[in-house]
Amino acid sequence: MIQETHSDTIVASPVYTRYIYIKKKKRLVASHFCRLPLSVVELFKVGESFTAAARDQFQEELVIRPLHSGDIYASFQFRTLWDTDFLQERQKVSHYRLFPKSLGQVLSKFSVRELHISFTQGFWRTMQWGQPFIPSPPGAELWVWFHDTVSDVDGNWKELTNVLSGIFCASLNFIDLTNTVQPSASFKPLGLGNATDHRFLRYATLPREIVCTENLTPWKKLLPCGSKAGLSVLLKSEKLFHSSFHSQAVHIRPVCQDEQCTSKAWELRQTLNVVFDLYTSGQGKKEWSLFKMFSRTLTEACPLATSSKVYVDITDNPELFELSPATPLLSQAVVLGDRRTYSVFDLTRAEMFGQLRSLNLLLRWKGDSDMLRPLLHAERYVAGFGLQTGEIHTVIYNNHPYRAFPVLLMDSVPWYLQLYIHTLTVTSKSRDNKPSYIHYQPAKDRHRPHLLEMLIQLPPHSMTEVTVQFERALLKWTEYTPDPNHGFYVGSSVVSALVPSMVAMNTNFTQDQPLFSSFVPVKEESSYFVRVYTEPLLVNLPTPDFSMPYNVICLTCTVVAVGYGSFYNLLTRTFQVDEPSLPLAKRLANLIRRIRGVPLLA
Amino acid sequence: MSHDFLQMHLKAVISCLLIFLYKVHTTKAGQFFSSGHTNNWAVLVCTSRFWFNYRHVANTLSVYRSVKRLGIPDSHIVLMLADDMACNYRNPKPATVFSHKNMELNVYGDDVEVDYRGYEVTVENFLRVLTGRLPPSTPRSKRLLSDDRSNILIYLTGHGGNGFLKFQDSEEISNMELADAFEQMWQKRRYNELLFIIDTCQGASMYERFYSPNLMALASSQVGEDSLSHQPDLAIGVHLMDKYTFYLLEFLEEVHPASQANMNDLFKVCPQSQCVSTPGHRTDLFQRDPGSVLITDFFGSVRKVEITKDTINLTSPVEPPIQRSGSGDIQIESLTYVDQLPVAEIIHQKPKQKDWHPPDGFILGLWTLILLVFFQTYGIKHLKHIF
Repeated sequence: MIQETHSDTIVASPVYTRYIYIKKKKRLVASHFCRLPLSVVELFKVGESFTAAARDQFQEELVIRPLHSGDIYASFQFRTLWDTDFLQERQKVSHYRLFPKSLGQVLSKFSVRELHISFTQGFWRTMQWGQPFIPSPPGAELWVWFHDTVSDVDGNWKELTNVLSGIFCASLNFIDLTNTVQPSASFKPLGLGNATDHRFLRYATLPREIVCTENLTPWKKLLPCGSKAGLSVLLKSEKLFHSSFHSQAVHIRPVCQDEQCTSKAWELRQTLNVVFDLYTSGQGKKEWSLFKMFSRTLTEACPLATSSKVYVDITDNPELFELSPATPLLSQAVVLGDRRTYSVFDLTRAEMFGQLRSLNLLLRWKGDSDMLRPLLHAERYVAGFGLQTGEIHTVIYNNHPYRAFPVLLMDSVPWYLQLYIHTLTVTSKSRDNKPSYIHYQPAKDRHRPHLLEMLIQLPPHSMTEVTVQFERALLKWTEYTPDPNHGFYVGSSVVSALVPSMVAMNTNFTQDQPLFSSFVPVKEESSYFVRVYTEPLLVNLPTPDFSMPYNVICLTCTVVAVGYGSFYNLLTRTFQVDEPSLPLAKRLANLIRRIRGVPLLA
Repeated sequence: MSHDFLQMHLKAVISCLLIFLYKVHTTKAGQFFSSGHTNNWAVLVCTSRFWFNYRHVANTLSVYRSVKRLGIPDSHIVLMLADDMACNYRNPKPATVFSHKNMELNVYGDDVEVDYRGYEVTVENFLRVLTGRLPPSTPRSKRLLSDDRSNILIYLTGHGGNGFLKFQDSEEISNMELADAFEQMWQKRRYNELLFIIDTCQGASMYERFYSPNLMALASSQVGEDSLSHQPDLAIGVHLMDKYTFYLLEFLEEVHPASQANMNDLFKVCPQSQCVSTPGHRTDLFQRDPGSVLITDFFGSVRKVEITKDTINLTSPVEPPIQRSGSGDIQIESLTYVDQLPVAEIIHQKPKQKDWHPPDGFILGLWTLILLVFFQTYGIKHLKHIF
């Protein structure tokens, strides 16, 4: 129910209402999701009384990393940690505070152990930008680990995709068995767990999926502070989508609650990675500020957050660029195999914001420097000509000077590209390189895609090429999309690897580690886990002429009408003599002639 | 005497009744019950694909914006956009869709929820939304959960012709199908009153075949006329809006939740001098007089509010019990994360065979048996013909 209140205070109730009020504008706005009231002070008061009951905490973080091409990479991470058990049978979780209720209900209804969903616009250019903190392929990607108690995994998967398509306003309901695969070795769970039976894993991508404000809006509504306070005020769609790369993701997994790791807690991470281009957003000047990137500045930390920090990467020659306002706080972190230094801005401290109550970071370049080449890089393209056959080439580069390491390549090709797996070749340095593990599941027309997983040992400083030939299938005319001449997309390949690290990685789990370095669990010090996605492919399938049914109907009807019509006329037409009627003058003349007894006119 | 008395009594009663009815009609209580609806829904559909049909998406988003502004929440709006114009790579200003108010009005905004997008906008999905026959796993935001006290606004735009509307350049919906869908809705009591607006070429042909009660329809052009677009924008390179919806948006921007504008004002929007085509409307199936129907009955969600001055006691909030998961069994052993790339384990992993294959040697044994039976029947002397 919507009620108009004329007072300035907000009605705050412990039971979540479905509709929220915007105090200042006195406008009535409603949302799908149960959300907290907006008054910040009231929020804090309500929050305090429930800390005893629901032990959840929220942390937010922004990492800004200047890239060598003059672009700038900003990575937001919002993490909610909650000590509860969604999968218990006896008592359903009904009291939600920081954790969004819509996702909690999804987890308990479908017995989900881990959920990873990402929406990406653009392609991450590894060679120019390095490695991202959290990689994602273009389009939409969803992979889910179900609990072992689930009996019908496919049914749960189908319903889960439908529910998520409603939550994120994306057409995830196009995920069905024709584009879902069950990887046998890739995509191990990122959370706690012992048994990894791959029958409970499902993976699907939609490379065609568009990301726009309608996906960002529900994503922002999942945050405890919404888009009103904290780091999320910077998330304005007009600037975020005018970028080279934009990726938003939701990762849910069980993690260790403390250092002894005796009990589980659920972690929800919402990440948003964006790369602003030097020329389109930066006007060609190597000078970036928060206002230039996001058209907003920071005014306060989210009151519900226990920590709210901004990290700026100043490792690459601190003399080369200037950061203002200067801060004495520095922190070092080992991330992606490299020790980086960061300037830390802690937003929970009020002196950060100065007299103007706003924080606008400014970075100015003074010179250029070299970039470290990323150790692992992959590319993919289609070779061949014509609309019948083709060849898929996947090229993986190992740029380490002396170390070899294994990579796991996973390829999921739709059924309409029929792979000839006997033509599969893997060559490194122009010699045959036999993979130590191959798992191939052939496609079934209209039921299941191809799945190819291979464990390949990459020699040091080399380029490995995987080629396979395919033939294009003819689809039924109802299976074509409304714009078939655009082409059909093939999802990105996934290359997972343990890359040798130059710096010892930190295997201890501590609570005060920055979020960007604690996403992937580290098991050994000498290597770090990285996942690289290749480009998606766009192939043309032989397209029929869709106006043919209309042409055929016209031609057939014409032929039938002309041919049968004339034949019918010939058979049934009879000729009758028709007496023409005389004009009036002649009729009168005939009348007079009849009276006179004289022969009549014709 | 008694007869006169009775007559007088009767007259007094009748006059009292008339006065009472008159009062009811004109007082606030009367207005309270005159419209008959308790909730509002909107189904806004853009049926065209491709960048040069930018104006159809802008049309639909303008109506979406007005409807949201006047109070209908996102949960009660089913928005279907057949293509993405805002984040299209050809859009020089990403995440914006402009209408033609001097390029100032971004109708896409920052808070938009599109329920059906891209390839999902098909005739089948549209009819399923209207009639409610959706698969059970469809989320709530994609359903039209109206009841018999709902007023529904349906807005369609795209390319159309005499008796049909084209969906995404590959299929059409005919006026007979639409009329039948509305009849299904009426029989299932899915609407109280329905306002149908269509902005396409020859739009009036789409409402010719309606036969269910309580329907009011508006179209941007008559049969045989084309609906024209407003000016193009040189920066974006396409036409930004259609003339009819442009003037409709201008009209709706003046409307606010408390305004008393009625349907007769809506019929006057965009006369032929401005629109070049002649907008048409149809009210014969509608039971109330259009002059008494407020614009906000369909475009807004104005609720009747009863203000009370009495105090109401709310119960004190209930403290939920502190949930401790598995407090009985104390886990002593520590949990670990899974190894992300266990190379040794992967190499020695045996591929799981789900399909049943006959046991090894079975085929060999079968062939041996066949050969044995053959040579037993026909004798061993045939062996020399083989070798």
